[in-house]
Amino acid sequence: MAVAGGRTMWEVGGSLDAGARVVDAPAGVVEHRPAEMIVRVLAGTTVEALDAALAPSGQMVPLDPVEPERATVGGVLSVGRSGLRRLRYGPVRDFVLEARYVSAAGELVRAGAPVVKNVSGFDLVRVLVGSLGTLGCLGELVLRTVPRPEASEWWRGPGEAAAGVLSALYRPGSVLWDNDSTWVLLEGHPDDVTHQSAGLGPAWERSGPPTPPGVGRMSVPPAEVLPVGCRLPPGSFVAEVGVGVLHVGEAAATLITGSRPDPGADGIGQRLKAGFDPAGRLNPGRRP
Amino acid sequence: MTSRAALDDPLAAELTAALGPERVRYGPLERALYGRDASVIEGYAGVVCFPESTAEVQAVVKAAARHGRAIVPRGAGTGLAGGAVPVGEKGCEPVVVVTMRMRRIREVDVASRTAWVEPGVLNLDLTRAVSAHGLHFAPDPSSQQACSIGGNVANNSGGPHCLLYGVTSAHVLAVEVVMSDGEVVVLGGLDPEPAGYDLRGAFVGSEGTMGIATAVAVRLTPLPPVVRTLLIGFPTVEAAAETVSAVIAAGIVPAALEMMDARITAAVEEFVHAGFPIGAAAVLIVELDGLEAGVASSAERVAALARRQGADFVRVAATASERDLWWKGRKSAFGAVARVAPDYYLHDTVVPRTRLAEILARVYELADRHGIGVMNVFHAGDGNLHPLFLFDRRRPGDMERVKAAGDELIRICIDAGGVLSGEHGIGLEKRDHMPLLFGPADLAAQEDLRRAFDPVRLFNPDKVLPSGSRCGDLQSVPEGVWV
Repeated sequence: MAVAGGRTMWEVGGSLDAGARVVDAPAGVVEHRPAEMIVRVLAGTTVEALDAALAPSGQMVPLDPVEPERATVGGVLSVGRSGLRRLRYGPVRDFVLEARYVSAAGELVRAGAPVVKNVSGFDLVRVLVGSLGTLGCLGELVLRTVPRPEASEWWRGPGEAAAGVLSALYRPGSVLWDNDSTWVLLEGHPDDVTHQSAGLGPAWERSGPPTPPGVGRMSVPPAEVLPVGCRLPPGSFVAEVGVGVLHVGEAAATLITGSRPDPGADGIGQRLKAGFDPAGRLNPGRRP
Repeated sequence: MTSRAALDDPLAAELTAALGPERVRYGPLERALYGRDASVIEGYAGVVCFPESTAEVQAVVKAAARHGRAIVPRGAGTGLAGGAVPVGEKGCEPVVVVTMRMRRIREVDVASRTAWVEPGVLNLDLTRAVSAHGLHFAPDPSSQQACSIGGNVANNSGGPHCLLYGVTSAHVLAVEVVMSDGEVVVLGGLDPEPAGYDLRGAFVGSEGTMGIATAVAVRLTPLPPVVRTLLIGFPTVEAAAETVSAVIAAGIVPAALEMMDARITAAVEEFVHAGFPIGAAAVLIVELDGLEAGVASSAERVAALARRQGADFVRVAATASERDLWWKGRKSAFGAVARVAPDYYLHDTVVPRTRLAEILARVYELADRHGIGVMNVFHAGDGNLHPLFLFDRRRPGDMERVKAAGDELIRICIDAGGVLSGEHGIGLEKRDHMPLLFGPADLAAQEDLRRAFDPVRLFNPDKVLPSGSRCGDLQSVPEGVWV
């Protein structure tokens, strides 16, 4: 069997075996505790719905999928890809505090706990993120929220600026580059944003963010972003400077990564899958 | 001091052949010394080894596995939960593998803000080594002058500044690990989305049960351009706790938000003379960092929130050295306690931030009822309490009272929606409390995770999970051990 979210990343990790039963996870924001900065949400909730629930108290969880009106919280976390603001906020995996899932044996299992600081036992939550539903079916998540920035502005400048702008700015929301232009996201106190944008220089102008060409991706060490991107046609990709993700146009939305996993790590992964799902019932045909 | 152990123990002989006699110890003194970490738990090592390379760690692991002996990895031994304490049947105690001689910073990539470091590098030494580049290693436990990166990885260590910057897991990109079969594996990678499961994420915080880390790729963090630190004194503990909740609820995320009660503040002030307001019932250290306007605005709002709760002392550090002195005071809190009582038991528990005031009141009440002294210092910003129970182990009944108080504390915190440990880990200390927090299916899943890494249970076999998590294993804990 497999759980379907918004099917925006349905091809990641392989094709689902024919004959697998596809189910939906329940949807809904269960509880938002602004004073604790946590939110409990069912896995089938769209990211847009989560954003809407958090906005009135000035909070957010920056999951940032390409299609927030279709992508579900459980889906985003099962695929484990982060969005364009990873540079500032870190990867989506570090926003999950607790995950409740249905195991291959049909039991309800809880990993983690709804507090922001916790080292009680092994970090099963981290393994579940990006596991493509192959270890368990995510039902309910507790996420950590952060305050929405007061001001948020995208600026666009020359491609040559990409090399230096990351170190010139303090904790920008995002730095993007397509071998032709550079974009930065400045967030924070309005006066700080004004000051930082003034420091960019006259070649820069207010803009919107670039649109990634497709759902294909490359993952490279940050140091290789510029060398790799220089060999690609300008405008054919959007690279996350300082992060190492290159968004490329691909017919199939498969994850192309610069680093193959260590074969020894493969062995651990196989034992993990065999332990959690001995009969191979969960998302057959797919592996992260 | 030599002993017949080498002649009688083929494992010791094999290890000595691999590492040389200087770096393999099996005399009774060393075995007792390395039978302890910074917790109250006492064990006894079988053989103690000090490898200096990945290849040597592999040799030790293979030798121990061949002889059916468990391995207990050890960093600096600053752990408080017994994670590095070797426990085992007499005659086949575990091999303790000390990683402190692997202490090179292998390479620093300033532009990428990453570094490969060996596990024996001390936390603060890493930060000092990269500070000239305007970088630091963000996780800053109070023990950072003494604790190792390997230990930080094993415990997923926190520290005051993890409130804003995140715990160790967020700062580890990859780990080179020697597994139970003696092979070397790299978990994670320098790129943002390594293929496969997040095994790196599972390894961080695994308390030495999954393998021995021989190199760690860490994320380095730029030093903030603006830092503003406030020291705030309150007439009641409740006012301080309510201020913490109010700051978080206002959407302010300080870089650090620490609380000390009157007893801790007095002990610390005597030691550092930093100008702490010793008349206050509780003191907050609030640090904001980032860019100028945001920091100034947040600092003003924090001061206003504090005054609204009745704060009667508000001071902004005027110089970097004043700020450093305040932090020195905070981070020396546990040492300063030694002036007040012969022994203390340092607890580590987490409660939701909105319950802080209420739980603190109950901590004082329960200590009083059990007839022991208590002092409180903690990472208030994330609800991570560190009550210190004061006692004198020579006084009959004290240790029992402290243990009873500790058990009650743990239950109160879990009932309030908290967890067993915020930073120190489960180790041996809280292993048998795990069923208070997790059900049988939850514990079985954690056991499945652990077994995927170490199917033969070579590494730290008796730690973290209680024996009920799996069937038919013999648990051996020394007499008189508090677990």
